[in-house]
Amino acid sequence: MVLIQSALETLLATSGDVLPVVMFIGAFQVFVIRQPLRNFRRLLAGLVFTVLGLGLFLVGLEQALFPLGRLMAQQLTNPEFLTRGVDAVAIDWSAYTWVYVFALAIGFATTIAEPALLAVAMKANDTSGGAIGVWGLRVAVAIGVAVGVSLGCFRIITGLPLQLFILVGYVIVMIQTVWAPRLIIPLAYDSGGVTTSTVTVPLVTALGLGLAETVPGRSPLLDGFGLVAFASLFPIISVLAYAQLTALMERIRTTGKKHARNRAESTYREEN
Amino acid sequence: MTKTLRTLWKHVAGSSRDLAPIVIVIAFFQIVVLQEPLDGALSIAIGAVLVLLGLTMFVFGLELALFPIGESLAFALARKGSVFWLLIFAFLLGFGTTIAEPALTAVAKEASQVAAGAGTIADTDAARANYLLGLRITVALSVGVALIVGVLRILLAWSLPVMIISGYALVIGMTTVAPPDIVGIAYDSGGVTTSTVTVPLVAALGVGMASSLRDRNPMTDGFGLIAFASLTPIIFVLAYGGIVAWF
Repeated sequence: MVLIQSALETLLATSGDVLPVVMFIGAFQVFVIRQPLRNFRRLLAGLVFTVLGLGLFLVGLEQALFPLGRLMAQQLTNPEFLTRGVDAVAIDWSAYTWVYVFALAIGFATTIAEPALLAVAMKANDTSGGAIGVWGLRVAVAIGVAVGVSLGCFRIITGLPLQLFILVGYVIVMIQTVWAPRLIIPLAYDSGGVTTSTVTVPLVTALGLGLAETVPGRSPLLDGFGLVAFASLFPIISVLAYAQLTALMERIRTTGKKHARNRAESTYREEN
Repeated sequence: MTKTLRTLWKHVAGSSRDLAPIVIVIAFFQIVVLQEPLDGALSIAIGAVLVLLGLTMFVFGLELALFPIGESLAFALARKGSVFWLLIFAFLLGFGTTIAEPALTAVAKEASQVAAGAGTIADTDAARANYLLGLRITVALSVGVALIVGVLRILLAWSLPVMIISGYALVIGMTTVAPPDIVGIAYDSGGVTTSTVTVPLVAALGVGMASSLRDRNPMTDGFGLIAFASLTPIIFVLAYGGIVAWF
């Protein structure tokens, strides 16, 4: 009963959220572009699905993703689990190995499966004429997110200041920007924002808040947020690094002996 | 109708595949590493099914209605060449899609509860709702402004790295004076805004503009809008935190 009531409330709220977007796109279509809306029934059906889906998603989020993220954080930082029954010596940051492993795994898994990233990777492959591989880009971004979330957990556990990490990260990005192939720079900057999707964000936020609540001496407000920021920063570094690596290998290959290059090309052709 | 249902089913299969890695990682940790019973497993399972269904219907609905109109509109406006309407469109697109963004709604709600718990704002429903709405509007405004700046950049061929790097220099500067309890939320809001609704429409706008302007490369000029949309929320939310704390 509570579930149904909260579902109805959420549904009403989401209708209010989606309505402005629909109205302004409709107004532009009619008044600025001056084209009639075709396929009215299809559009209406799409709208109903959008609002219903959004409502269901938000209810499910409250029910599953937030509790799950918190629960995982609590269980992974539980002193009994950490010490494995050995008597409780002082627990420092190195005792939380499984938190880091979980962060790596969940960061990599959610990013590889991210549909928005796949769409952007395919668009980039198209626009670059095949120079940027779809899988290369996806793996580069996924490694970036995995390292980012893991390092973010390390920061929450140690309580080090967030801005320190972000500052160092952007200095690295700046240095890389100077030497990276120009073609990749806008894509790399974009990939930071693309990766943090609708499912990843709530799960990772809950993980961070859960960690800050259970690790002794941390405050959820001061230390709990920041994981999403890490997950948006590190893909920039990893995608730039991927482009630099590809360019470097290209240079080594072209300066190498001619027959070596021919052989490499023929094996490449065989592989494909 | 049956065709619609069949496509919907295909979407359900697609989302299940997308969510499978997450389920596998969590199941592995629960069963192999933690070896603990999952509290409220049934409730979480129901919620997970709702997430799966909801996300599927949401994306399906977007692809039926909003994406085709939005994309053709972005292309048409970019071709039309009226800078005024292009900028208005960019702002409304940023603002509208961000207000409707489920990830932002979720995180802002969480932030308002944490802020109330820590005593930054009063622990009443009204204060929380106020803070929540303020946060969402701040972020939505910032994404609107980001798209205006990004569109101007594409039109005038400004340098992306210079703008982004100076933006982050501003962020670091503001961080030193902003109230410490807003910093984490502000930094996170950059990544939160750009997901399901925003990315496809914004990418269409950028690539559409860059391919309809002369002397522009879709690769170097078309991408980059999302980078702005991830940067300005940090600046705006830091400012919002300052305003809430000092006034």
